[in-house]
Order: sequence, then C-alpha cells, then structure tokens
Amino acid sequence: MTVRKNQASLTSDEKRAFTSALLELKRDGSYDRFVTTHNGFIMSDTDSGDRVGHRSPSFLPWHRRFLLEFEAALQRVDASVALPYWDWTADRTTRSSLWAPDFLGGTGRARDGQVLDGPFAYSTGRWNINVRVDGRPYLRRTLGAGVAQLPTRAEVDSVLAMPVYDMAPWNSSSNGFRNHLEGWRGVNLHNRVHVWVGGQMSTGVSPNDPVFWMHHAFVDKLWADWQAKHPQSAYLPAAGTTNVVDLNDTMRPWNDVTPADMLDHRKFYTFDTEPVAAASQR
Amino acid sequence: MNKITRRQALGTTAGALTVLGLTAAASSVATSAAATPAVSTPPGTVDEVYQGRRIQISTGGGGHHGGHHSAGQPTVRIDGRELHIMRNADGSWISVINHYETFTEPKLLARAAVRDLQGAPLVPFGGAA
Ligand SMILES: [Cu+2]
Ligand SMILES: [Cu+2]
Repeated sequence: MTVRKNQASLTSDEKRAFTSALLELKRDGSYDRFVTTHNGFIMSDTDSGDRVGHRSPSFLPWHRRFLLEFEAALQRVDASVALPYWDWTADRTTRSSLWAPDFLGGTGRARDGQVLDGPFAYSTGRWNINVRVDGRPYLRRTLGAGVAQLPTRAEVDSVLAMPVYDMAPWNSSSNGFRNHLEGWRGVNLHNRVHVWVGGQMSTGVSPNDPVFWMHHAFVDKLWADWQAKHPQSAYLPAAGTTNVVDLNDTMRPWNDVTPADMLDHRKFYTFDTEPVAAASQR
Repeated sequence: MNKITRRQALGTTAGALTVLGLTAAASSVATSAAATPAVSTPPGTVDEVYQGRRIQISTGGGGHHGGHHSAGQPTVRIDGRELHIMRNADGSWISVINHYETFTEPKLLARAAVRDLQGAPLVPFGGAA
C-alpha cells in the first residue's frame, strides 16, 4: 500500500528515488504528457461553461485522479516511490530543505528566473521545459516574490471549518469549502501557493515544476482532513447540474471515473498521519 | 457525449486557428503603425508599448478562435502573439501566464505577463513550441 509522507521527513534515499523517477518519466516523454493534459484543462475550464479540472466542484476529485495516474507512472519506474506532500503551512520559507540542491533545487536567479541548482536545473540537460506558453526552455522560480507569505495553519483551519463542500453557482465565485481551498475566494490557499512559487508554477503549465505534485498532494490531504472533520458533509452537487460534474458523472479525460469513486483516498493510499475521523469520537 | 466532441474539435482546429491569428496580428501591426492610435482606437482597445513590448487589446473582434471561451471577449496580443486570457465570474481576469492571480482589467493582466516574460516571446496556444 502506498503511503504518502510529508516531504520534510523523507530520507535522502527516498528523495533520490523520487527525483530519479521524475527524471526517468521526463526522459521517456511521459512527464510532458501530464503537463499537456493539465494545460488543456486550465484553458478550457470556464466559469460559465463546461468545467472539470478547476473552478468547479470536481477540482478536488479531478486532481486526486490526476495525481494517482502520475504516481502510478512513477511506481512503474520505481515501485518504492510514493508522492510526498508539501505542508506549506509548516515549511514556509525559501530555506526549507524542500528547496535544497539534493531535492528540488532553489529559487531562480534575478536576471531570468532560471533555477540553477538541483536535479531540475536546465544546465543538467535533463529537465527541458518542452510544453510551454513562452519561449523559455528552462525551469524558473521566484520563491516569495509574487506574494510574500504562504498560507498559515490558522488560515487553513478557517477553511477546514467550512461545513458545506461547494455551492451554486459551482465556479470561482462560489462560497463553501472547495472554492476557499482552491483560492478564488477568501483567504486563498491553493492559488496563492502557485503564485508564491512563481515561474512555471504560476502558469497553465504549472506541472513543469515537480513541486506541483507535492503541492497538490497536500491540497488532496486537506480534502481528506476536511472529510474527517465533517463526516456528514457530502460532495455536491448530487445530480442534474449543467456544465458541472455531479457526484456520479464521469470526469474527462478518463471518462470512466466519477467523483464518487474518488471520495475515499484509503482505497488507493494512506498518509503518514491519517486524519482522525470526527465520527470515531462519537 | 458532447463534452468529448467539443474537446476533440478544439484539439484539431487549434493549429489552423493559430496560424490565422498570427497572420492577422502581423497585418494589424503593419497597418496601425502608420495610423494614430490615440485618435482612432475604439473604447476598450489598448495599443501601448510597455517595458519594450507592444501590448494590443481589441474588443468584440469575434471569430478569432473557436471554443476556448465566450464570444465578445477581448483579444490580447503581446508583440503580435495572442495571450490566452479568461474572464472570471466576478469580472476579474487571468491569463495563461498568470493563471492563479486575478487582475481587474485586461491591460493590467497584459502588463503582468510582460513583466513575467522578461523579453521572451509567447508561443502559440497548446504548449509544445
Ligand atoms: Cu490544476
Ligand atoms: Cu494547482
């Protein structure tokens, strides 16, 4: 069974196995196909039209399924690898071990934003940015420049406290847990982290930066934490909603998986610290 | 399932539409350079040089590309290349360059993209340059 761990607690062997598997997916071309898929949804998901991956209730189950597919690809390279998560409320500075040269490498240089150290630096020749929205072929970051602070634990807790999963009009203007976690409204959690990292992470081709997966693995964990906190709260909407993926509708691009299939992460993996279910306390 | 059909249609036409878009951009650069934009630009349009890049925003052109988003939305170009933009339900804007940060008007969105680009050209929609 896959156990997703906090990136801060990985051993150096685990870090090396994870980054090596990423480099292998990059080499064999499969990595870039994930970037292409993500950008396609980023460009086509709209508030007033069909929306699946973002700005909609299925933001969470869509990314859960997307990460599962990516993790399965990593495990075909190295069966010992699981996606780590980045708790950005705890590891919230550019000095975090996350950004060390033995893991993801650090921020970009001032002149052009280019990341110069770590396994994903352009100079290694092993991490070219191929699926891109501008001409630059190198990984870029501007840690902490686009927005000064990552979300705090108190801000996360204020969003986890929201009892309703999502609300009409089921888009970027919605009230409720999903849109506050996604960040289009309120204290802004997920979106703000993309902006804090900067570079490709602030664009539609954000999976070009390997931190994408660790950011989304934590967003995914926050969904699990929220479920444990609100065992009576269901995925919404239940049925019959135009342009929106209801509980039992299939999601593109897979077309064989529904939000209902994605509700229980323990069918696929556990976390190093599983949320304590509120239900078990009753 | 019509959702699939729509995506497939989008995928097959994107390349051809991009070529048309670039041709249109090139000719508009040639003609408007001789004109005096301050006098003749309709409301909502922008034609400015910002940090050495030409930002052009035209509204209501229509039909420049199919299916990405609703009709009547402005077209934003940087040095003649179209920047993919999207309007949020609250009226704010995002682009494919600044996808997770909202801006109150397209001009500010375009300027933010210019700052991020640091001189790099946009590439046609869809990624692989
Ligand atoms: Cu996404
Ligand atoms: Cu994201």
